[in-house]
Amino acid sequence: MIAIIDYDAGNLTSVARALAHLGHAYRITRESGEILQADRVIFPGVGAAASAMESLKNYGLDTVLHQVMDAGMPLLGICLGTQIITGFSEEGDVPCLGLIPGRVRAFPASMKDDADRALKIPHMGWNRVQVKRVHPVLWDIRGEDAFYFVHGYYPEPENPDHVLATTPYGIEFVSAMGFGNLVATQFHPEKSGKPGLKLLDNFCRWGGEV
Amino acid sequence: MKSAMTKRIIPCLDVREGRTTKGIRFENNVDIGDPVEMARHYYESGADELVFYDITASHEKRGIMIDVVRRVAETIFIPFSVGGGIASVSDMRDVLLAGAEKVSVNSAAIKNPRIISEGAEAFGSQCIVVGMDVKKVEKSGKIPSGYEMVIHGGRTYTGMDALAWAEELVRLGAGEICLNSIDADGTRDGYELNLTAMISEAVPIPVIASGGGGIPAHLAEVLTKGMADAALIASMVHYGDYTIPGIKDHLHGSGVAVRRSW
Repeated sequence: MIAIIDYDAGNLTSVARALAHLGHAYRITRESGEILQADRVIFPGVGAAASAMESLKNYGLDTVLHQVMDAGMPLLGICLGTQIITGFSEEGDVPCLGLIPGRVRAFPASMKDDADRALKIPHMGWNRVQVKRVHPVLWDIRGEDAFYFVHGYYPEPENPDHVLATTPYGIEFVSAMGFGNLVATQFHPEKSGKPGLKLLDNFCRWGGEV
Repeated sequence: MKSAMTKRIIPCLDVREGRTTKGIRFENNVDIGDPVEMARHYYESGADELVFYDITASHEKRGIMIDVVRRVAETIFIPFSVGGGIASVSDMRDVLLAGAEKVSVNSAAIKNPRIISEGAEAFGSQCIVVGMDVKKVEKSGKIPSGYEMVIHGGRTYTGMDALAWAEELVRLGAGEICLNSIDADGTRDGYELNLTAMISEAVPIPVIASGGGGIPAHLAEVLTKGMADAALIASMVHYGDYTIPGIKDHLHGSGVAVRRSW
């Protein structure tokens, strides 16, 4: 069973529907016992870092997520979930979970594309994900595959070895991170068509080892 | 490369009481009126996003749309938005909980702009699309841009300048603008390029061009000269004249970055 962490941060049902489609059993939950007994954990989220951290603490889920990480359970962060597993977010200048060394930065204002046109923020739409490191969760993800993004901030891991993939949008930002039993994507695999479903399915079959 | 962001191609489906309203034909020439089956077809043929407009007249039958949204969400794994008759935060919550990624607000935003800020506050700006219906008029002190906001399908002029309204929408917390030219709508003669470029340059949020698409070259135009981030299409694909892969091949050939693998 896969535990989807429920902490009032956006639409969790889209992740659940994707898992149902793939035939994986899941539970949307904030019960620590249920989460720690799951085979794996998905930590999604949409919204602002500060209010998300507040909810997590209110439900005691900050501690639970550290336990999940320490127990070596496969853990997948998505979008806001990927941001608040770092140590700090510039969005509201809020200390975060610190499951992976690094921080979350705002896209610089006035970024330009190749035609010298201003790039819009948030970064919303389909963009390329360039795999930098072979990882079981990114198995069979090809260079031409595009993934769906919606975000104004991006994660910046301290350790370059934790970079799994990058995406060009004005800057080359980190769009997927990996650290032990943790994988985290800035894009939404549950909304990225077949390549996204492939990534989710890879995660659901992954034992947490690299 | 500074950005590999692609332009989005978004089929738009009008739904009345749970059925699509146009006699839509696919390659096999079978009419399909089920929005869920159409959603599946467009998802599988490479649509980047979908828009559903509920044009159900009676309030009592609006629950049917929620059921459609739920079934679409179980079937496709790309973002989709739902508009038509969204008049309150509670209406927004209903479609978002049913599985839509975004809600589209149109005339309700003009009558009550607070619905945008309240929606953005409750669900995040990224799910709030605001539809703008616009008509070209004489430039005047009141309408300095020469484009005026209209409602009731273009029958009622609001006295509001489209450019000023677009800027106000950003301040209110809109995440995206769906810009519909009433003059171009239904003509299949091409999108309103001046209007689209003007609004797209003025706002920092994505602009979806709507109204007038008839051939793939029209999309290429509005996504380059018109500076739109996405283009809405309807009759071009609904009647089988064009397919999404065909349109994307054309765009790719014209130098427009599109998603070509799905």
